[in-house]
Amino acid sequence: MDNITALIVDDSSVMRKIVERSLRQAGLGIAQILEASNGAEALAVVEKNKVDLILCDINMPVMDGLEFVKQLAGIENAKGVPVVMITTEGSEGHVVQALSAGARGYIRKPFTPDQVREHVLPVLETKR
Amino acid sequence: MNSSDPTLPAHEGREYWLPTLQLAMQEVFDLMLACPLEVPPTPPPEAILDITSMVGLSGQLCGILTVRCSARTAARMAARMLGIDAEKAQPEMFDAVGEICNMVAGNFKNKITGLGDGCMLSVPTVLTGVEPGLGSTINDMRSGEMNINDEIQTVRLFEGEPIVLTLEIHS
Repeated sequence: MDNITALIVDDSSVMRKIVERSLRQAGLGIAQILEASNGAEALAVVEKNKVDLILCDINMPVMDGLEFVKQLAGIENAKGVPVVMITTEGSEGHVVQALSAGARGYIRKPFTPDQVREHVLPVLETKR
Repeated sequence: MNSSDPTLPAHEGREYWLPTLQLAMQEVFDLMLACPLEVPPTPPPEAILDITSMVGLSGQLCGILTVRCSARTAARMAARMLGIDAEKAQPEMFDAVGEICNMVAGNFKNKITGLGDGCMLSVPTVLTGVEPGLGSTINDMRSGEMNINDEIQTVRLFEGEPIVLTLEIHS
């Protein structure tokens, strides 16, 4: 899959830039990056744009990542769009919560660009 | 070496928390800034710590984790994270220090059994300015390390400049 549009959701602009750089370095065919700083903003982005991949933080103001993933299921435009959580909340309980809510992968902060590739590539291959 | 390392059982006591905190901090700098931290000499070098980032912890551990450094150090950390010049990174320095504090707090709690699920983190808050009552100059610290009942503190050098990490334990 090429020409992928990825949405990065994080309240930290620095972290959004780091994730973007990691995605571009990974050679995953990323053509466009969209950004949102919380779950509510991200829902609005998804409603207006065709998105192929979402990378999402959990702890964010306004709407957190888990609530975002739950609400995403109700958006027709987003059916089948894989979500990978990128978060400091790395406990087993949080992973189970995120996967139960509909996330397809989980990356713990701090992370390396290689770890982003390792977790995102299988998710995109499944989508293919 | 990352947050998936085996965790330390909380019942082993808080004497392990200082090295765990230091490891959590080191991993964040290794992975996100590609820059190892150094142990400072005693006493640590002089610095005005005018940037403070705080993350609140609640649940099984209630407290505040703070990262303090100078504005110059904060800009250099942002530059490292983004791979750009420190001058260009200046607008991002508050966000960068907040995110570092957040990652250290998360990495720390994930290394203590029971805290990963039993302790929640707030979003980071970043303050500027020196508060003398909080010991904001590095000169106020004699050895750079402290591990008493309700406060764990450590100093590390990032590119030769001190960063003070404090875990204030409320309950």
